[in-house]
Amino acid sequence: MTLRKTTTNVSRRRFLISTAAAGGGLALGLYAPWPKKALAQTPLAADGSEVGAWVFIRPNDDVVIRIARSEMGQGTLTGLAQLVAEELECDWKKVRTEYPTPGQNLARKRIWGDMSTGGSRGIRGSQEYVRKGGAAAREMLIQAAANQWKVPAAECKAEASVITHVPSGRQTTFGKVASAAARLEPPTDIKLKDPKDWKIIGKPLLRLDTADKLTGKQVYAIDVKLPGMLNASIMDAPVFGAKVKSYDEAKAKAMPGVRHVVKVGDTAVAVVADSWWQANQALKALNIAWEEGPNDKVSSESIQAHLQAGLDAKDGTFIGNRVGEAGQAIAGAAKKLEAIYFAPFENHFTMEPMNCTALLTADRCEVWGATQNAEGGLAAAAEAAGLSPAQCEFHKLHLGGGFGRRGRQDYTTKAVLIAKQIPGVPIKLIWSREEDMRQCTYRPVGLCKLKAGLDEQGNLVGLQMRVAAPSILASAAPNRLDKDGRDSAAFQGLNPSGTEGRLGYAIPNLLIEHAIRNTHVPVGFWRGVNTNQNAIWLESFIDEIAHAADKDPLEFRRKLLANSPKQLAVLNAVAERIAWGTPPPAGVHRGIAQFMGYGSYCAGAAEVAVNDSGKLKIHRLIIAIDSGYAVNPQQVAMQTEGSVAFGLGAMLYQECTVKDGRMMQENLDTYPMMLMEDFPKVEAIVMPSGDFWGGVGEPTISVAAPAVLNAVFAATAKRVRSLPLKNTKLT
Amino acid sequence: MVKLNVNGNTVDVNADGDMPLLWVLREQLGLTGTKYGCGIAQCGACSVHIDGEVQRSCSVPISSLKSTDKIITIEGLSSNGDHPVQKAWLALDVPQCGYCQSGQIMAAAALLQTKPKPTDADIDAAMTNVCRCGTYQRIRAAVHSAAGSNGNQG
Repeated sequence: MTLRKTTTNVSRRRFLISTAAAGGGLALGLYAPWPKKALAQTPLAADGSEVGAWVFIRPNDDVVIRIARSEMGQGTLTGLAQLVAEELECDWKKVRTEYPTPGQNLARKRIWGDMSTGGSRGIRGSQEYVRKGGAAAREMLIQAAANQWKVPAAECKAEASVITHVPSGRQTTFGKVASAAARLEPPTDIKLKDPKDWKIIGKPLLRLDTADKLTGKQVYAIDVKLPGMLNASIMDAPVFGAKVKSYDEAKAKAMPGVRHVVKVGDTAVAVVADSWWQANQALKALNIAWEEGPNDKVSSESIQAHLQAGLDAKDGTFIGNRVGEAGQAIAGAAKKLEAIYFAPFENHFTMEPMNCTALLTADRCEVWGATQNAEGGLAAAAEAAGLSPAQCEFHKLHLGGGFGRRGRQDYTTKAVLIAKQIPGVPIKLIWSREEDMRQCTYRPVGLCKLKAGLDEQGNLVGLQMRVAAPSILASAAPNRLDKDGRDSAAFQGLNPSGTEGRLGYAIPNLLIEHAIRNTHVPVGFWRGVNTNQNAIWLESFIDEIAHAADKDPLEFRRKLLANSPKQLAVLNAVAERIAWGTPPPAGVHRGIAQFMGYGSYCAGAAEVAVNDSGKLKIHRLIIAIDSGYAVNPQQVAMQTEGSVAFGLGAMLYQECTVKDGRMMQENLDTYPMMLMEDFPKVEAIVMPSGDFWGGVGEPTISVAAPAVLNAVFAATAKRVRSLPLKNTKLT
Repeated sequence: MVKLNVNGNTVDVNADGDMPLLWVLREQLGLTGTKYGCGIAQCGACSVHIDGEVQRSCSVPISSLKSTDKIITIEGLSSNGDHPVQKAWLALDVPQCGYCQSGQIMAAAALLQTKPKPTDADIDAAMTNVCRCGTYQRIRAAVHSAAGSNGNQG
């Protein structure tokens, strides 16, 4: 779409006047100013009392629960509040939330613990200490009331924010005793409730953060507005690792609204203007030239060859799971199978593009941003500013999507590097969608070769799985690689033991390996990370093996899962719901899959149809998840539903391809999303079996795609091994 | 100087005529409920109503607008968040990250203006906004709920 040109050319001065006049929008009721809200957040809520680190109580009985993790849509804010409120015995209707900042966390010796949000760990990683925080506050409030009444605390109880002295019937409220409670020492010996007594945990309560998302009032980082703020757009080297050679600064500077053109490190240039749109228009006029480098010739084809070599190589390979002698067993098998699968690079495409607002002075750096790792953001800001973290602050806002992308701090670094060159002026850096798609840490491309051997009776006697792919940890968190360079994250869901992601199948001879084949493309954590590809590869191939053995795919899996009751239970749940074994509706075909990730057990069953012209329609998808405890079953169901769009969008349509060293897909015209029309009817089976804490935000993605792919095979007898599926004709 | 009619107020805007309405709303008028998502009229996060029709404001230059064009943003859809679509969204807990939901709500409200009892096929055709969190199922249910229609037609 081309925008109509105009001769209007507003002078900078007039623009400033109009900006000032827009402040008058206040009077029109048009304009909700940002700074007021920002100040309300910093310092933490002031009109009340802090009763332990996690709970702040106002005289009107409002309970403000501190949320250290990041809310990016996954519902962690509501779930964490439920955990605290359960032990606190407060009135749920009076619960509010706020984010402590990483600067405050640093100043208070990390009283709120880890603030990072990834690996589906928000709730399971902090459930114990936040519940204890709630329980400690309850005990302090009861003690304060007991002191006032001069009665033993043991004679008092709390319920729905009211404290009662049981023998006398006297009552007071949390708000009335909070300031006295705040002066007490928190108890050290805290007993948590028995799960059978939970009243708030485990209930499908509505989210706490919905109302403002329906009226436009919710402030995301991209909405931050500070007095005197200017807006920046940036372009970094499209060939990863290349450097800026030259650019036409004069041309950009002559454009309307432009204030500054600044180099950002060696690799990027930014334009700072009154309006972001002006900055982005001028950025396009810069005509940046880049230094030629060795990566300019890299293509999807050259990457493919690099991976292909890894499928059989001896060097740079690491073992994830080994039982018996798989090679020998397959060599001596009555029937052999071999297949190679492929998955491309993928982009997170958070709906809110990367952005960050920074204000630097000589000895202070303040940042407003959306991050999955507030402490990491603070550290990145401090490093870029050349200040100590104590001189910096990161104001965290709701995220317009994260999906792993916002665990990286590159956009914060860039904003600070720009603001550093324009001290005293708040700079909001927004990446254009094109920049956002060019500068991702992509889900890794990968090839996987699988081999299997069956005996005369169709029993699986040996399985080999060799993945050749870049290492996420090597790119995003090298300190987390094993000492020998092994990337343990590559084996998500394939591990021989452990509670995080154990391979449920008992296979007598097994060898699972990862050949690390890094490229110049940065890779990172993409919602579900390696469970997605691992599940597609393994669960498609298990289906291939079942068919080769002439066995029902469900029965074949059940037999292999005989010693894995939790895996078996979710598999049986989806099989039962979809009525596996009964004839599906005419023209409809079924597929099934199971996988474990993030400490949770998942299974999926799909019903699809493929018409004569090869068009796929996914009618229905049943997904079961056992996350041990389900703090809010409705939120678990919502995550399960949403994960389908994430997994199937990638599987069906999405691929980031490389040409001349750069990513070719820069927007939705070439990187389409799953839309309403294609979204199947999803039924989530939330079946917490208790006694463990599994993750929820990510694990179910993994089973959606293989369940559908296996149903596509049932419908067409075509085994789709190269993704996305759009590249395969189904006729 | 351009005069625009936004949420029932006439406002003076000083900006390049080719500046998209999205940036005028967000930066000059402080109406940040309308979101930037893709900038190429595909994701729908910037959806507003112009004379009752849903349009993607990232691709509407202000020079194409007349002072009589009635522009409604999410902030002006209702006075207290009580439009039937907003109420249905609240009751069904539709949003996850919420970033696309202003646009989804504006698209749904426009759909119900033209088709008070939409079928599933109507919803598929009209609701082409991207939701990366995948709230489509609840959006569909909420549109039906706002319309008082059942979900099984079409």
